Amino acid sequence: MPEIFALILLIVISLGAAVYAVFTKKTITALIASGIISLSASIIYLLMAAPDVAMTEATIGAGLTTVVFLYAMKHVKGGEDD
Amino acid sequence: MVEYAYIIFDIAYYISLIAILLSFIRFYLGPTAADRVVALDVITICGINLIIQIAMRAGRIVYVDVALVYALLSFLGVISVARYLEGGL
Amino acid sequence: MLFIASIISLLGALFLFLGSMGVLRMPDVYNRMQAGTKATTLGTMMTLLGIGLANTAWLPKILLLILFVLFTNPISSSALARAAHFSGIKLTDRSIRDNLADDKVEEQDA
Repeated sequence: MPEIFALILLIVISLGAAVYAVFTKKTITALIASGIISLSASIIYLLMAAPDVAMTEATIGAGLTTVVFLYAMKHVKGGEDD
Repeated sequence: MVEYAYIIFDIAYYISLIAILLSFIRFYLGPTAADRVVALDVITICGINLIIQIAMRAGRIVYVDVALVYALLSFLGVISVARYLEGGL
Repeated sequence: MLFIASIISLLGALFLFLGSMGVLRMPDVYNRMQAGTKATTLGTMMTLLGIGLANTAWLPKILLLILFVLFTNPISSSALARAAHFSGIKLTDRSIRDNLADDKVEEQDA
């Protein structure tokens, strides 16, 4: 039964971070919010007894997406906004 | 004594859940980007704890590998965000 | 043995809770970074050691995980503090001295 509380907390955190990433102004904070969404999605997959999917989600979400997005944000023309 | 041990493991599980919630509140109202990166770091460390406790409850050693992968890759993410804030990368 | 392991795990979880409370209540980025990294590293090590003592067959992988956390967490905290100082985030009003700013002024003079 304690897994239900972890599931509810992770769903609430994931939804809160997604809403924050939509309404924020700066791009770097939206990127950090996507890291939190990736972590909670990985633990939700683990609670659903799928460790291989959780490992793939951790690799893509925490490692690859952050580095590729930061590289693109460094090289794009324009400012921090829009 | 052994029957109290599982109750104490339950209490430790709930305390780690509360720790994740508190640092998420700091993520929501932190003024600068560095505050949010610190909150992400704390949430990741508490998430590694949560993964190991879920693994102990399920009794499968395969779940520990997910925590190993996450402990290495979150380090890479925090380092690259720090290099971006410093102006390098 | 199981009872001692659960007590160690509960102490680690209390350290995690205190570190997270420090992240929520400290007045500054650098204070938050200290509270959120040192207490959290100790709490993680104690919780994982308690679970590793509870079922002994898992102990090598959990010791490897403790070693990873012990190596990578202070390095990321140090890099993040350096980046926050160089990107111009002010210290709180109650802080007394700032040695890194003094070092930067001396490098510019020399």
